[in-house]
Amino acid sequence: MKGSGMKDSGMKSDTRILVFGATSAICHEVLKLYAAQGASFFLVARNHDKLGAVTDDLVARGARVDGSCCYDFNDWEQHEVAVRQGAQNLGAIDIAIVAHGTLPEQAQCESSSAALKACMDDNFTSAAIVAEACAQQLSRQGSGALAVVSSVAGDRGRKSNYAYGAAKAGIDTLLQGLQGRFSGSGVKIVNIKPGMIISPMTAHLKHGAIWATAADIAPDIQKAIASGRKVCYVPGYWRLIMFVIRSLPTTLLAKLPI
Amino acid sequence: MNGSWGGLPIAAADRILERDWRFETLPKLSPTDSVLPYGLGRSYGDSCINSHATQISTRRLNRLIRFDAQQGLLQCEAGITLDEILQVVVPHGWFLPVLPGTRFVTLGGAIANDVHGKNHHHAGSFGCHVQSLTLLRSDGERYRCTPQENAALFAATIGGLGLTGLLVSAEVKLVPVSSDQMEVEDLAFSSVEEFGQLSRDSTEWEYNVSWIDTFARNGQVGRGIFSRARHAHNSGTLKPGRRPRIAVPITPPVSLINKWTVDVFNRAYFARRKQNKGLQYTHYQPYFFPLDGIANWNRIYGRKGFYQYQCVVPRVGGEAVIEALLREVNRSGAASFLTVLKEFGEQRSPGMLSFPRSGLTLAIDFPNRGERTRNLLASFDEIVQSAGGALYPAKDARMPATLFTSGFPRLQEFVSEIDPKFSSTFWRRIQQ
Repeated sequence: MKGSGMKDSGMKSDTRILVFGATSAICHEVLKLYAAQGASFFLVARNHDKLGAVTDDLVARGARVDGSCCYDFNDWEQHEVAVRQGAQNLGAIDIAIVAHGTLPEQAQCESSSAALKACMDDNFTSAAIVAEACAQQLSRQGSGALAVVSSVAGDRGRKSNYAYGAAKAGIDTLLQGLQGRFSGSGVKIVNIKPGMIISPMTAHLKHGAIWATAADIAPDIQKAIASGRKVCYVPGYWRLIMFVIRSLPTTLLAKLPI
Repeated sequence: MNGSWGGLPIAAADRILERDWRFETLPKLSPTDSVLPYGLGRSYGDSCINSHATQISTRRLNRLIRFDAQQGLLQCEAGITLDEILQVVVPHGWFLPVLPGTRFVTLGGAIANDVHGKNHHHAGSFGCHVQSLTLLRSDGERYRCTPQENAALFAATIGGLGLTGLLVSAEVKLVPVSSDQMEVEDLAFSSVEEFGQLSRDSTEWEYNVSWIDTFARNGQVGRGIFSRARHAHNSGTLKPGRRPRIAVPITPPVSLINKWTVDVFNRAYFARRKQNKGLQYTHYQPYFFPLDGIANWNRIYGRKGFYQYQCVVPRVGGEAVIEALLREVNRSGAASFLTVLKEFGEQRSPGMLSFPRSGLTLAIDFPNRGERTRNLLASFDEIVQSAGGALYPAKDARMPATLFTSGFPRLQEFVSEIDPKFSSTFWRRIQQ
């Protein structure tokens, strides 16, 4: 009998998930795990073709996709519309994932104000507006988890990557504030801090021993969301690495090639 | 990684490009440049390498496109691994119809090499189960190919070594299973002739494969273990396997596979498995992929790498040919760690360059000791060629062009389907 083994594939859930940046490599790996459990998604992305490929994949893995939309993420007004549409299509939002971002060239951000602005728009402003809009929705519901993908780059300003780091630090601070605001309520705010992850976003960089794949870290992210962990470094050893980097005296840090 | 599994010194590609999405186009190439799709590099020799030219890594093209869990039809992007496929389909009671000895190959690689498994006598090769595929060619067009539509291109692409264009996606027909367990029986045999008898007596079993002790001397040449198996029906669990937990962390300067270590291993292995324990039950993963449990096992052959040699010889007279090959191994004193013998069935794949065909297939591997190893393999070539046999391109890094030409009678038909901008080190070598 077909399907007789479904009981073995883990719990079946009907988790309702709103996703911004659904085509990001890290996000897609996390969504695959929820898809295998039969989750429902409302997917938001920037590129229509990519979203189509990701949607096909998630549906084939057992997810229900209850709608999606595509737009320029710097079109700020669209974010609230998308959150409202998502909440309406899904009925309610159990989890909101905010995963979009871009990794700019640091040197370009130094020489071009347009590049610097684009970095801030992509990685801070649009993520902040989406996070606030999601938080509003979860607040209205009185429950749910908001998971935002920030980065270890936001933990300390380093000369090699400080424009991106500053944007991510902004998100960090925003999430701390949200955590305070929703403390004691049914709304959980989860800050996901990936270290160096092999993905299309980092394809141009040289990959060493501390690099992990998106598939490696996805189960940890899912666990952090389930438990409502406030800050989750992935892989876990980045907590230690960033502790060391945060503890370095400024003069020493300046001498390091990072 | 951008090399091949044998770790032989083969010049690398000048550039490796990633393709992230199936709707992307091929890279612009200079008039002198050529391109070759590259999956996980599990081919052993130079068929997956395009030295001094361009390779396209397909690993990020690993999405599912459509899974019909009622009919068992799965359409995926070609860079997905067989492991990733099993993780998805096994819980639904489906299984891949053909599995090679490792699950860490891409779907594209499985098609481009028309891989076979222990069930060739039941299911044919991988290409027999491909329903359709999509090729992106250097003319900028996408070609949907099935046995009916663009049939020649379909047949050329199966076993076509990546030379007919970039395989973007494919649809495969799965087979139903009711358990993740295998029923396995091991039987010792003492000669190739006895192997032949066991093989004939075991055609009812879905999966047959034999391990040969290449160190057995004199009267014992050709002794080994015949292992036959089928999917169990007794257990209701359908769990996919786990990821490997052991790895060979570094490449030792010299091969750890030599005649002493292999001799000791073979004696112990034979002694342990020769007692007939009757039916054993095991999860499919260790049964199909015993070596996948140790990541990077190829490193034990040391920095010079190793040669695999896999031939197929016609069924009639095949046992004598296999025995002649084993005697040649024996006389040379070379150490072959994993020597595998199997009988292929009658079913032909649509693939023009498909390797599996009715007959006996023997796979042997040797650490690379330079000229000495290549001379030994050349002596095998003579035996194989005069028997009317062929070598498996996926495992080859040195066969002479004449052996390739005589082993693949549909070669001319294939050549006219090649994409003019696609090439490989293997292909250039074989044309010289």
